[in-house]
Amino acid sequence: MAIFLTEDSKIIVQGMTGAEGRKHTARMLAAGSDVVGGVTPGKGGRRVEIGTRTLPVFDSVGAAMAETGADVTVVFVPPRFATGAVTEAVDAGIGLAVVITEGIPVHDTASFWAHACATGNRTRVIGPNCPGVISPGRSNAGIIPADITSRGRIGLVSKSGTLTYQLMYELRDLGFSTAVGIGGDPIVGTTHIDALAAFEADPETELIVMIGEIGGDAEERAAAFIKDNVTKPVVGYVAGFTAPEGKTMGHAGAIVSGSSGTAAAKREALEAAGVLVGKTPSETAELARQSLVQTVA
Amino acid sequence: MDLYEYQAKDLFAAHGVPVGPGQRVVTDAGAAADAAVEFGVPVVIKAQVKVGGRGKAGGVKLATGDEDAFAKAESILGLDIKGHTVRRVLVTPASRIAEEYYFSFLLDRTNRTFLAMASAEGGMDIEQLAVERPAALTKVPVDANVGVDLRTAREIVTAANFPSAIRDAAAEVVVRLWETFVAEDATLVEVNPLVRDPQDKIIALDGKVTLDENAAFRHPGHADLVDTAAEDPLEAAAKAKDLNYVKLDGQVGIIGNGAGLVMSTLDVVAYAGEDFGGVKPANFLDIGGGASAEVMANGLEIILGDPDVKSVFVNVFGGITACDAVANGIVRAFELLGSVTKPVVVRLDGNNAAEGRRILDDAALPGLRRLDTMDNAARAAAELASKGV
Repeated sequence: MAIFLTEDSKIIVQGMTGAEGRKHTARMLAAGSDVVGGVTPGKGGRRVEIGTRTLPVFDSVGAAMAETGADVTVVFVPPRFATGAVTEAVDAGIGLAVVITEGIPVHDTASFWAHACATGNRTRVIGPNCPGVISPGRSNAGIIPADITSRGRIGLVSKSGTLTYQLMYELRDLGFSTAVGIGGDPIVGTTHIDALAAFEADPETELIVMIGEIGGDAEERAAAFIKDNVTKPVVGYVAGFTAPEGKTMGHAGAIVSGSSGTAAAKREALEAAGVLVGKTPSETAELARQSLVQTVA
Repeated sequence: MDLYEYQAKDLFAAHGVPVGPGQRVVTDAGAAADAAVEFGVPVVIKAQVKVGGRGKAGGVKLATGDEDAFAKAESILGLDIKGHTVRRVLVTPASRIAEEYYFSFLLDRTNRTFLAMASAEGGMDIEQLAVERPAALTKVPVDANVGVDLRTAREIVTAANFPSAIRDAAAEVVVRLWETFVAEDATLVEVNPLVRDPQDKIIALDGKVTLDENAAFRHPGHADLVDTAAEDPLEAAAKAKDLNYVKLDGQVGIIGNGAGLVMSTLDVVAYAGEDFGGVKPANFLDIGGGASAEVMANGLEIILGDPDVKSVFVNVFGGITACDAVANGIVRAFELLGSVTKPVVVRLDGNNAAEGRRILDDAALPGLRRLDTMDNAARAAAELASKGV
């Protein structure tokens, strides 16, 4: 098993005909993902050659789903069109929408998230401003490099793309069931808690690595969830101890406001929940390695 | 982006929120006295800084004559309030206040929606009120797709125990504040105090607004609200080159790819620095996924131009970007910059790392040292900075 994304996932790409969409569609195909088509309003009926494949383009997510049986969409459309794209995917009732787009105004995200909730959360939204989700050896939906590591027993959930890659790299010999990049925006669809719950239920995952960063209280809430609901070992890492108050550090959501959202508070909450928290990414990888050995022994 | 009070009130006024009979922003005491004459005394003189607690810091004063306005303005201008220097003051006619309330709309990250907060006890520090007397602060979630109409607004002010005589008037102001919040793509619109005057009119006597920079593409006017004079010159130069840079107060210049990895790099350098006399990171700089030679050169140029920087740490994990491309970028950046006089430590890992490392080793750039792990490289950069080359 893996979470959210499996070898059976059929993927469409919203914005496939744009530069980013085309580039990453090729990479997803090369990783073995079953990409079955793209959606670009006004370009329906065309066919696009990507790599060795010729993929159909549809005018809408609904039409693409009807024709291809797609159950996952990866969204690469520019910020100003993102609300429309995600809302359309939600209305079509697709199972998973992975929103890669960076720079979406938070009023727009609040709007499509409220819409997803109001229509019964039929669609799992991951992101926005995220690298996507990969179940190594099975499928890749997004921009996480597929050649870092292979299938294994570690589940990873992270706000940060490059820290995901770094940890996957340091633990590449052990492999991953699924790695989920939930994104660095103030509002994201899938949270640490959603991924933790899914990893807890996934028989293939034996250890969970959770990466957080400054801003908001998602890590604190995840810590409370772990305390009550997670029996598998969790190893954590938090970035941003040296971030000054009131400054946005790259990610729109990475900001310490007054005394809230600090890395220290997050580490403290995680440690109180029994999570081993590494001081650096390498130390975190080492803690994960040791925990996994103990779990197996 | 946080706005100054006077900018917030300008936005309020543009969206029909009553802000009182007039306001003028001035940068010298003489102009404050002129404004006092024009408005008629008494006037209130308020420091314009993007930080709370101005009153306690002596940044808000009542002036009863034009000489007094001059003296008070002079005493406030140049004040340091929590690290913010007062460069301008706002002069407004003093309002007659019957009661003070609190109202705000904000982004509620925890619940992934918007929130209205209201209290019949305005004027005091709201974080303090929330802790000491939480029952006095009403919080009502607002659905982004439903919004706030007059009826909802009236429910909110009723729940917050605003006096019944002014609930209708307050609700109208609340609807206008919601319009401001939505139309301007704000993540915070706060009025503290929202006052009732003796004629039962509701006035926003103060204003705090934070705008979403991701929404700048649909608000060309927001660029004019940036206080370029107050910006750090290095941050301004980086912004002009489209670099994601934040100036910090340490000695190790940092370049990396990806916000999370760069934040982590700052932390790892700070830990390493503990062994070298407390050396710290000098900046945050995320050059993103591309990491072209030009971006690398621009980044290095900004960082080497920072007189506080004693060493530089380039920390790249090749994910989508290949390390050989990054290495070529560094080599080309050294060529573009001519001479690099500060030591540069580079760590390349991930995609095509072996090839990238070979390129750097072959180039044998002066002052460049290559290490294979983030922790070792951070340590080397911290040590070099402590030697203060």
